[in-house]
Amino acid sequence: MSRSAVALVACIVALALVPLFAEKFYVQFFAKIIIMAILAMSLDLLLGYAGLVSFGHAAFYGAAGYALALATPQFQAASFWTSLPLAVAASALLALAIGFFVVRTRGIYFIMVTLAFAQMLFFLFYDTKIAGGNDGIYIDARPVADIAGWRPFSLDDYRHVYWLALAFLAAVYVLLRTVLRSPFGRAIAGIRVNEQRMISLGYATFRYKLACFVLSGAIAGIAGYLAAVQFGVVNPETLGWHLSAAVMMMVILGGMGTLLGPVLGAAAWMLLELGLQGLPDAGGVNLGKHWQLFMGLFIVVATLVLPHGIVGLARSLRRPAERSLDKLGTNDGLGTNDG
Amino acid sequence: MDLHTFLIQLLNGVQYGLLLFLVASGLTLVFGIMGIINVAHGSFYMIGAYLAWSLTARLGSFWIAVPAAIVVAAAVGVLLEWLVIRRLYDRDHLYQVLLTYGLILVFEEMRSLLWGDDVRGVPVPASLGSSIPLTETLSYPVYRLFISGVCLAVALLIVWVIQKTRLGMIIRAGSVDRQMVQALGIDVHALYRVVFAAGITLAAFAGMVSAPVSAIAPGMGNPVLIVCFVIIVIGGMGSVKGAMLASLLIGLVDTFGKVVHVEIGGLHVLPELSSMTVYLLMAVVLLWRPEGIFGRRA
Repeated sequence: MSRSAVALVACIVALALVPLFAEKFYVQFFAKIIIMAILAMSLDLLLGYAGLVSFGHAAFYGAAGYALALATPQFQAASFWTSLPLAVAASALLALAIGFFVVRTRGIYFIMVTLAFAQMLFFLFYDTKIAGGNDGIYIDARPVADIAGWRPFSLDDYRHVYWLALAFLAAVYVLLRTVLRSPFGRAIAGIRVNEQRMISLGYATFRYKLACFVLSGAIAGIAGYLAAVQFGVVNPETLGWHLSAAVMMMVILGGMGTLLGPVLGAAAWMLLELGLQGLPDAGGVNLGKHWQLFMGLFIVVATLVLPHGIVGLARSLRRPAERSLDKLGTNDGLGTNDG
Repeated sequence: MDLHTFLIQLLNGVQYGLLLFLVASGLTLVFGIMGIINVAHGSFYMIGAYLAWSLTARLGSFWIAVPAAIVVAAAVGVLLEWLVIRRLYDRDHLYQVLLTYGLILVFEEMRSLLWGDDVRGVPVPASLGSSIPLTETLSYPVYRLFISGVCLAVALLIVWVIQKTRLGMIIRAGSVDRQMVQALGIDVHALYRVVFAAGITLAAFAGMVSAPVSAIAPGMGNPVLIVCFVIIVIGGMGSVKGAMLASLLIGLVDTFGKVVHVEIGGLHVLPELSSMTVYLLMAVVLLWRPEGIFGRRA
């Protein structure tokens, strides 16, 4: 094992120890960060690696939550082992259907079309009676993970949810690292840099981009499923564009085109949100209630001064250490490419 | 549906479409000429409506409030271009989207601090408050006809400015080759400032004229923005002609989607799913012409 891999494993072990001593609130908050990190990673596959700027990524996250809610019988629990694949399949199918249309477009059109399709789904759940309309739907009982009477973990225990999310984060990291280093990942990077050249080399770029879109949607589905399990409720906001924009911001904040960047970005974003919501009153105005004002200003400033995110900042501060950072599977991003 | 109802819905659809055109044309011009995608464009629709409400209450007359609100909106546009937008000209669309999304949050909270979170209304000006009777029970409000007329006049003004004036000539040249225009001694940055201010003023103006017939509410610009995206995808980015055609199409499809009853296999499809009709239209256009009806191939 290389040094960076050891460091990574050490980080995961340290995170796994958190529920043993932290209070419930913080364990649940950390689980939320981990779920957002999975979602941000899935979006980075599109933003940073394939160069597809999706502004409707929440659709796939929300769809998995709705799939779980609709698959859960009233007052009974669904099986974890069937509902998770079902929810992920729902997200993947949705990504296939939307991707079939949006992957034909590029640049600015791609941004607008992904947003428009996500909003279409939002309105489907918001305006109709399916799954409780704009109030959303409660999941009465969390899925059970029984295998022939044996229960390896219980999703009613907030610590188990945390560990499950952490396990998925690690698994998604390994999966994406493997995919990005495979010929498929190289082709995706090639399409981002010069699609015409990839076409002339004989690559069916439409299929590559669509496959990438579906993979990304499926991983977003994992995050959406975990979130639905944790909160026990799904509403149209989970499909909405505010979440899509927030996830985009997490990716940019952490460092686009790197795998660990989105994780750092998700943590930074969630901590910032928590901090801003807790702002005290000042001059008769409840600043915490208007926290989005500061979030908005932060977004404006961050996009202007931090285009390469936290990872990019760390790199420019520690130029000599650049090589060891590259070994963390971050060699494809930040404008440099080896394709 | 009888003929009179059909006629009323037709007028409503055209009026909604023309109103959407005002917003969409601003968005498409700013993109076509400056290469900037402004997600906060819808916020100016909201700001326009709130300005109309606030200034009407303060100045006592809708007819004084609207010109004053136009001046305020244009001034905000110039200031915003100078403060942040000009830093985005050389940046990727991704950063343009994010930064202007941040502006949406800022504008929403400023609106909340300045004007509160309540739903507001502006009375229809007395001089246009009457209705034209169609039958004994049906009539059509004059103010809605007025909206259509004003929007049409503004649309013609836009086309005239772009096609027939010296400013329009410079704008068209600037959208094709920025450096060449600069080399000819024209201040492109000043030009961009004017275009940006004009673009968002169009959105704000749409908010103002529709204020007397709509609920002035928080977040009212967001659905309008997304419908404008659909219009631009259908019409073709940067094309004013495309924006006009697509706006009318969307206006009619949306309006009739809400009043027509359609059942397929015993399931109510319309009007239950009317909010999805415009997106289905977009999907069809994407399959047929991914770059929009009047779009240039990228």
